[in-house]
Amino acid sequence: MQEACRQGAGGGNDIQWCFSQVKGAVDDDVAEADIISTVEFNHSGELLATGDKGGRVVIFQQEQENKTQSHSRGEYNVYSTFQSHEPEFDYLKSLEIEEKINKIRWLPQKNAAQFLLSTNDKTIKLWKISERDKRPEGYNLKEEDGRYRDPTTVTTLRVPVFRPMDLMVEASPRRIFANAHTYHINSISINSDYETYLSADDLRINLWHLEITDRSFNIVDIKPANMEELTEVITAAEFHPNSCNTFVYSSSKGTIRLCDMRASALCDRHSKLFEEPEDPSNRSFFSEIISSISDVKFSHSGRYMMTRDYLSVKIWDLNMENRPVETYQVHEYLRSKLCSLYENDCIFDKFECCWNGSDSIVMTGSYNNFFRMFDRNTKRDITLEASRENNKPRTVLKPRKVCASGKRKKDEISVDSLDFNKKILHTAWHPKENIIAVATTNNLYIFQDKMN
Amino acid sequence: MLCYSIRCVFCGAEELSTPLFVFQDVQEKETVTPERAEEAKLKAKYPNLGQKPGGSDFLMKRLQKGQKYFDSGDYNMAKAKMKNKQLPSAGPDKNLVTGDHIPTPQDLPQRKSSLVTSKLAG
Repeated sequence: MQEACRQGAGGGNDIQWCFSQVKGAVDDDVAEADIISTVEFNHSGELLATGDKGGRVVIFQQEQENKTQSHSRGEYNVYSTFQSHEPEFDYLKSLEIEEKINKIRWLPQKNAAQFLLSTNDKTIKLWKISERDKRPEGYNLKEEDGRYRDPTTVTTLRVPVFRPMDLMVEASPRRIFANAHTYHINSISINSDYETYLSADDLRINLWHLEITDRSFNIVDIKPANMEELTEVITAAEFHPNSCNTFVYSSSKGTIRLCDMRASALCDRHSKLFEEPEDPSNRSFFSEIISSISDVKFSHSGRYMMTRDYLSVKIWDLNMENRPVETYQVHEYLRSKLCSLYENDCIFDKFECCWNGSDSIVMTGSYNNFFRMFDRNTKRDITLEASRENNKPRTVLKPRKVCASGKRKKDEISVDSLDFNKKILHTAWHPKENIIAVATTNNLYIFQDKMN
Repeated sequence: MLCYSIRCVFCGAEELSTPLFVFQDVQEKETVTPERAEEAKLKAKYPNLGQKPGGSDFLMKRLQKGQKYFDSGDYNMAKAKMKNKQLPSAGPDKNLVTGDHIPTPQDLPQRKSSLVTSKLAG
């Protein structure tokens, strides 16, 4: 089991990360609606979608590579933006339903249009994003601005033709999957069959067909008959990237269950249960809270899965249930700060994690706008910072180091100086290239590796 | 697991209950783990934490997230107040065809643009 990580100059053949772009407002006064809540690349990496607390989706598109500018990859520019979800009111419970976008997942591209699923706490929507670069001109009965012509002035007939126009990108909701979740949706995941997808809330997981909005199948239900007996909730769920019958879900108790939909209609009995045994003498009030898994992601190969709990990232081999094969400490220095992190609620922060395209490096966020990368092959790790102070393109980012206790070296930052309001919860890695998107509270940073 | 009995205040019925977690006294050990030290700190500040029986408070609070309003009227009033504070006034849309004739669906803009666009798109 690999535990130790040597601090090194970089992850993965020493990638040198450089600032590329930053999106969003500069001012410190952050409107709540601008808080970024999800970031996701599409399957080709050409498009990058973000969702925010105000229910809006912004999609960036990578510029085609400039042949003369071979030293940098294309920049990401705004491609489309739309209001995905609006705030609603649950009349029965007198509760507000937030419009915050919890997750975005892209469908693989099948035709000229792009499709994505976006979800808030209760409703999932399938959006079609299409381009229009031609428009019909030369109508007989209408002027170009739309006004109707006086029919008596029409003396000849012509056939309308399509003429080029400025590119217009339109987003339209094609399906709305509503009313299937009593509790709050935390995950959506598209099946490798590209026809179905799952949505998971705190207690249940439902299976949908992308074409059918008035029905969904419940495949996991962990709601106890007596709610007083509730001991754990579902925190994340994902379909296996290759096996269309397999999915996993993680819990607030630090366990992951793998289920096979061929076994039964209701997958309440898991096929595999992944759990690391705990030393009972180490148990404390905080043990269960910090073991709660905030994210689970399969590797691209499908052989491994990664989980994120409050202090660490764990890699599991699907063939071994009793312990992870690799464990990486994200910010172990916080273990002696758990009391104050509990008081300011930071201990409940849900960090996500992601794999690089070749499954050799994993990345996750931390506090003070730091984010961490772990190279599984070299066992080296690096801490970098997303900050506007470092925004000179093609300048390699300087690694950061946190000093846990004792004498602080120059350039190190002490634990007590960390800004716990600056959290990086959402990160994404381009499926093929070394391009990463890192979301701070209200800004989106794009970093690339230095191309020589 | 430690059990203790509680008595209903109203009817006097007695019940056995098991709390989800019981603070363990941090005895004089050779080494106190950082977690245990933090736990002791928390217990010192909030002595009643973790002693209420009957299901986990965390989980219950988590399931019921979201601001509760008295009713839909209360909700709409709160929304109206927020809107007055937040929105910049949206100017007249020059492309909108009005006044000359009755508009058809083709004349109208595709989608009502968000009155406040995301700053990421700015």
